[in-house]
Amino acid sequence: MTATIDAPATGPTFMQVSGARKVKDRIATVLVYLSFAVAVIPLVWVVYTVLVRGLGATLSATWFTESLSGLLGRDPGGGAYHAILGTLLQGVVCAIISVPIGIMVGIYLVEYGGNSRLAKTTTFMVDILTGVPSIVAALFVYAVWIAIFGLPRSAFAVSLALVLLMVPVVVRTTEELLKIVPTDLREASYALGIPKWRTITKVVIPTALSGILTGVMLALARVMGETAPVLLLVAYAPFINTNIFEGNMASLPLMMYVERNNPTAAGTDRIWGAAVTLILIIALFNVLATVLSKYFAVKTK
Amino acid sequence: MAKRLDLKDVDIYYGKFHAVAGVTLSVPPRSITAFIGPSGCGKSTVLRTLNRMHEVIPGATVDGQVLLDGEDIYATSVDPVSVRRTIGMVFQRPNPFPTMSIRDNVVAGLKLMGVSDKKKLDELAERSLRGANLWNEVKDRLDKPGGGISGGQQQRLCIARAIAVQPDVLLMDEPCSALDPISTLAIEDLMSELKKEYTIVIVTHNMQQAARVSDQTGFFNLRATGEPGKLVEIDDTEKMFSKPSEKATEDYISGRFG
Ligand SMILES: Nc1ncnc2c1ncn2[C@@H]1O[C@H](COP(=O)(O)OP(=O)(O)O)[C@@H](O)[C@H]1O
Ligand SMILES: [Mg+2]
Repeated sequence: MTATIDAPATGPTFMQVSGARKVKDRIATVLVYLSFAVAVIPLVWVVYTVLVRGLGATLSATWFTESLSGLLGRDPGGGAYHAILGTLLQGVVCAIISVPIGIMVGIYLVEYGGNSRLAKTTTFMVDILTGVPSIVAALFVYAVWIAIFGLPRSAFAVSLALVLLMVPVVVRTTEELLKIVPTDLREASYALGIPKWRTITKVVIPTALSGILTGVMLALARVMGETAPVLLLVAYAPFINTNIFEGNMASLPLMMYVERNNPTAAGTDRIWGAAVTLILIIALFNVLATVLSKYFAVKTK
Repeated sequence: MAKRLDLKDVDIYYGKFHAVAGVTLSVPPRSITAFIGPSGCGKSTVLRTLNRMHEVIPGATVDGQVLLDGEDIYATSVDPVSVRRTIGMVFQRPNPFPTMSIRDNVVAGLKLMGVSDKKKLDELAERSLRGANLWNEVKDRLDKPGGGISGGQQQRLCIARAIAVQPDVLLMDEPCSALDPISTLAIEDLMSELKKEYTIVIVTHNMQQAARVSDQTGFFNLRATGEPGKLVEIDDTEKMFSKPSEKATEDYISGRFG
């Protein structure tokens, strides 16, 4: 008997998970799954609808190789080659202008700007530009390029509006990625007697390149789907035009918009076909972004 | 070629903060000088002043003279970039360039100085890697990324990179503090070899290391946080560790520090 009395009155060392915590855990789990569903369902739905309605058109033999030149609204056949070409041209011209500007501004902000007035002002402007809706960018280009300079509506004007949308994204991406390049590396380079600008081009940029390229590709994909600039700044052409400075030029969003006024079955096919193609191109750029990022990523093996 | 360094009344600042005050010392050529002292007393700061790396930090300034064989490296006509080519540095954490291969890491400095002959670069890469006792370990994977080798090997790669540009002086800031004992020994052996050709200044937390490798030891201390660090004394390593002139040095070395 004495032995039991002397034994210390301690319970087991570890407690059980309390009921309240189990309940909270359940609720949190359910909420997380619910949010996931809310986010994914519309996405799947959109992709599904677009594919079901548009895939047929894109599978026709001529979709990727022919324009709609010479076809009437109700005529089946033809393709979206003119619009694909337009979208890619406008996007690439935009990228050729935006990428150097954006990367250089990013480099200035991180490597040279410091806390200077100019750097702060630039950051502020970039912030504002990031929030500018595409219709405003398009109107601005319209006002300056067409109304003031008296130049014609053209694919180039579209590219300029896209530049306004793309530059802030490239600046931001470059800035963020340069910031995470360790100071150690810059110092290692300076200590070898490598001047600052060569340190930036040979050490800092290559280290951040993979991320910057990914950002650029994603921004480009985003910008190529923009609709407001093409509605305002260039007229639709059902034929192929490769002159970015003159004449009408199609693009996928513009083709969809124009064909909306075409009540025939051919018109419906073209709208959904163009939608599938646009999603496809954007998806392709995303894949390209991943591939480039893998290729240029810092390797350790 | 190895050159001597003289500091005369050097004061070092981070903006308004007076980090180190009144340092005067001489570093003879072809020798190893060790800086010891408690954390935060300004050892790294002094070291970075010796090759004008200090001013890379915004607002950081230096007063006084730092002479390399009698020539003031802080004279207004002197380009800091050329100073850093002459006085190389190895950092506490190994920092090979992650985008470059082992070979390209070693010759990075040379390439940017305009050496472009591939054969010559290969030769110099081999010589520097041999000089850093790393050649045998990496000779079969020279084109593999510099970040893919062990920490100790990375640090020796950084040493190879620093000696590839053939500096006159080599500065090392706690080069072994991130390494295991075996890698540490490898680097200590290497230092003893390197001092035949270079003037070496090393900061170390490890007093046995200072005693093992250095010819001359300087003890830094600071009276209280917020006050500038000072050079308490500098003397032959043997003397510093047997009968230092200052009580503070003796206390620090014997572990009676507080
Ligand atoms: N980049 C910096 N900016 C401001 N103060 C610094 C900087 N680096 C070091 N210091 C300060 O300078 C003093 C000396 O630091 P440091 O030279 O790193 O000491 P140690 O290498 O002896 O440990 C410390 O008070 C530290 O806080
Ligand atoms: Mg230090």
